Amino acid sequence: MAIVNLQNVTYKYPLTEAPVLSNINLEVKEGEFVAIIGPNGAGKSTLCYTLAGFIPHFFKGELEGKVEVAGVDLKSSALNEWVRNVGLAFQNPFNQISGAKYTVFEEIAFGLENQGVPRDEMNQRVDQALTMTGIRDLADRSPYSLSGGQQQRVALTSILVMQPKLLVLDEPTSQMDPIGTREVFGVIRQMAARGMTVIMAEHKIEWIAEFADRVVALKDGRILLQGTPADVLTSRLLSENGFGISRYTSTAREALKYDLWPKHLHLPVTLQEAVDGFNLTPASRPSPKERGER
Amino acid sequence: MKIEIKDLHYTYPGGVEALCGISMTIDSGEQVAMVGQNGSGKTTLVKHLNGLLQPTSGCVLIGDWDTKKVAVAKLAARVGYVFQNPDEQLFSSNVGIEVAFGPRNLGYSAEKIDALVKDALALTKLSDKTGTNPYDLSPTWRKMVALASIISMDTDILVFDEPTTGQDALSVGRIAHVVAELKKRGKTVITITHDIDFCAENFERVVALSKGKILLDGPANEVLGKGDVLAQTYVDPPQLTRLGQRMGLTETVRNQEEFLAALKK
Repeated sequence: MAIVNLQNVTYKYPLTEAPVLSNINLEVKEGEFVAIIGPNGAGKSTLCYTLAGFIPHFFKGELEGKVEVAGVDLKSSALNEWVRNVGLAFQNPFNQISGAKYTVFEEIAFGLENQGVPRDEMNQRVDQALTMTGIRDLADRSPYSLSGGQQQRVALTSILVMQPKLLVLDEPTSQMDPIGTREVFGVIRQMAARGMTVIMAEHKIEWIAEFADRVVALKDGRILLQGTPADVLTSRLLSENGFGISRYTSTAREALKYDLWPKHLHLPVTLQEAVDGFNLTPASRPSPKERGER
Repeated sequence: MKIEIKDLHYTYPGGVEALCGISMTIDSGEQVAMVGQNGSGKTTLVKHLNGLLQPTSGCVLIGDWDTKKVAVAKLAARVGYVFQNPDEQLFSSNVGIEVAFGPRNLGYSAEKIDALVKDALALTKLSDKTGTNPYDLSPTWRKMVALASIISMDTDILVFDEPTTGQDALSVGRIAHVVAELKKRGKTVITITHDIDFCAENFERVVALSKGKILLDGPANEVLGKGDVLAQTYVDPPQLTRLGQRMGLTETVRNQEEFLAALKK
């Protein structure tokens, strides 16, 4: 069943002429991990804000169409009800960290305090969340004494701990080190496997290809393409429209010109697909005749 | 202008020891990428280059100037520093004024300032945005304004702290172009980055930091090929380096050109 349902969603910020989102239709199933890709200015963050209810409840502006999460309609729901189903980790953790807490542990407990969760349960959940995202050793530090990537892990953990039905992430790993990024994608994959629905705006194509169920490519506020990572991430439309693609895909596309990538194979999006394709020796590649070409 | 860092230690107020004995030399005109785990000390290290931080012990020499003995304002004529977050450094009402602020403070003539500003705006593709308020631009373009406002100071050394964070493919391309052009001009460029593919494609020397120490320092292919060592500081080799290794290529490759060349052999 679809837990997220957007129908003909169009949105204009106050005092602007052109819509930032135009006629977006999107259904997401429970437990699905959807990645939103697109050039800067495509509307990725605006879409995240809409899912999180900041639009229209905080940013105002004109929202048309229907936004439904877990059967609740956005426009007829108050923000304090909406956040029980949806959690958003901001692009810039600095904008999210409360400033009201002295330690990382307290910061992560902040959302649960506001929900009135009993103390014992709160301690336990914060503890589990810290372990899951690998920041137990930061528990007693001030959130402001941390590096950008560490702050991003705190921001993500403080949303995960609230166990939202829908987790919305706006470039959650932009300041993280490479292996940290891969680990966080892994944690998010696990959350999705347990039934949490995830919508993530990201530029890191390699890990989207590896971990996401579906990719939505956004351009100028419209959905340009959507489908499996293998289909969307190898589409020529992406490079023609200023999207980044993985080096595996671009290198295989270039290799085709020199007959170094087997023509009958789909272009690779993951390391494994690239290894498998490039490892087919020229001798083992089908000849033009076998491919059915003249 | 040569940079010499000698046994640099730094402990933050509150007791976290961020740098534990860093020694390195960067020659004039070198392009160096710094990589490493979050919290490994990258930003702390580069903040020593223009005196924003002072060594707890050890020293940093910029040419013949010891950063402990020279005011930050004076060091600004030798080392330009672009912050990770552009919003921490932009404040003027339009892009032209913002980009002119640095060279004006260095006391250059009006003519020279004008020429430097024009050049920096052209290099960062901002020439058509001179009259715009930086905060009316998207974060992508604000990043370019932050770069331009340092490039216009015409310092011998430029430090970029994670310039590609949150940038799309086109913008990363623009930043790569800026780095290439500064290299041609003989500038020293030191860039902190987590974007290891960007690092592989644009830098010849790579320094990997781990827990406040230098883990690896050398030519890009040498450093980026050592996946097992880099893993200690949470860095993966570039995509095509990993692909080459998985395919059993004998040499380390780090970009499309090198990979395809190795495959053709």
